[in-house]
Amino acid sequence: MLTIENLTYAFEDNRPIFQNISIDVKAGEFVSVIGASGSGKSTLFKLITGLLDPDQGEIKINGNNSGSRLGKVGYMPQKDLLLSWRSVLENVLLPLEVSKKKSQLKIPEIREWLTRFGLAEVEKAYPDELSGGMRQRVAFLRTIMTGKDILLLDEPFGALDSLTKRNMHSWLLGLWGELQKTVLFITHDLEEAILLSDRIYLLGQETSREIKVSLPRPRKKELIYQSEFVTIRKELERLIQNEN
Amino acid sequence: MKINWKKWLGDYGLFLLASILILSGWEWIVRKGMIPSFILPSPSAIWLSLIENLQLLLAEHLPATLKEVLIGFGISLAGGLLVGVGMHFSRALEKVLYPFLVISQTIPMIAISPIFIMWFGYTIWSKIAVTILIAIFPIVVSTYDGLKTGGKEYKELLLTMGATRWTIFKKIQLPMALPSILSGLKMSVVYCVVGATIGEWLGASVGLGYFSRRMSGNLQADAVFAAIFLLSLMGIVLFLLISFIEKQLLKNIIRN
Repeated sequence: MLTIENLTYAFEDNRPIFQNISIDVKAGEFVSVIGASGSGKSTLFKLITGLLDPDQGEIKINGNNSGSRLGKVGYMPQKDLLLSWRSVLENVLLPLEVSKKKSQLKIPEIREWLTRFGLAEVEKAYPDELSGGMRQRVAFLRTIMTGKDILLLDEPFGALDSLTKRNMHSWLLGLWGELQKTVLFITHDLEEAILLSDRIYLLGQETSREIKVSLPRPRKKELIYQSEFVTIRKELERLIQNEN
Repeated sequence: MKINWKKWLGDYGLFLLASILILSGWEWIVRKGMIPSFILPSPSAIWLSLIENLQLLLAEHLPATLKEVLIGFGISLAGGLLVGVGMHFSRALEKVLYPFLVISQTIPMIAISPIFIMWFGYTIWSKIAVTILIAIFPIVVSTYDGLKTGGKEYKELLLTMGATRWTIFKKIQLPMALPSILSGLKMSVVYCVVGATIGEWLGASVGLGYFSRRMSGNLQADAVFAAIFLLSLMGIVLFLLISFIEKQLLKNIIRN
């Protein structure tokens, strides 16, 4: 689905922020990328979306590495970036307007999505009237509305308080089965990464290490108290220690 | 719509009180004969002169000036937006035009206006030319600067959705620039009144500027002030009109 091979990127004249990174995401997988601040996680996403071009290496989306990558994946940036002058529904419609699809035809379908996201009642509300969790859900729905199979989520819950974050986790876990998307997810929260992912990539400067999370789905948020979960978490922490 | 008097009084009460005090003080000084009335007429004399000339002012001079202001503003608006947007899209155009724009504002208007009279004669176009020269600058700058502020992150988000430059302009940059553009328009519309008046001072046969100049020649200071009063009123009304449009347009852009 998404293949990154030997990717190297440096900002002008600086030493590369990562070298020879390889990541492979299969259809329907939920894959997380974790790494310390400044390890280039957000830059990695900008490379995949096509906002930046790699110095070396290849990025293949659906086996295709030719042409512009812009408009090929759904990207949800760290900040929700909702447009303050548009209602929830209008914000969600934005990707459809951009791709010039007949957005009116899709309204019933979008209403269904809004209900599934718990946003049906606030459809006409403006972003400043929403709570942080709701804003993130609107931004997430907007990303889904791009209609792309691959979604790149850049710390979508990073700005939320821990209680809201937990609720968002259970909500997302509950939704995951019917979503049928492929997700690449940036976070620096280990618990979040293990709970949500099928695999985790640990992004270091010269390597990207891969950890499998073989916990069965569907998952519940209570999973974090079980011993298998704790074992994976310890392993992950050990690897991060070694990195440093 | 019910007007909230309490709030209105809170907002404008002090201004009103100060105005009454100043006007009374002014009236008193002139009546006492401390300043001769041909130098500074009393407010009551200005008012009387206004009433006396009202027919002439409202039927002839005010419409003439208003016409110049509106045509001048209309052209400045269209031209200013066009140049501002053009400079946003083309770096070359920006590099060529920006210095000229700044230079155009350093030219003393009074000095260049006779040239406009030479070019356009005593027609309405000589006044409109002066008006545009003054009024277009704030529109261009506010449009250009407003479009520049449009967030980079939003632009990137739309790029990842496969948006073209034009789509980004329409969906993000223009709405984000609107507050700045409207501030520019408020300034510009007031400048339009100034521009039209200057134009009329230099050569006209009708208009409030022309009227005030003629009266000043006749040492009729009260009539001069009456014309100035109307000009200033015109500026205020136009300003409020744009403010009203601004409130309507920005209802959802600047919430709270």
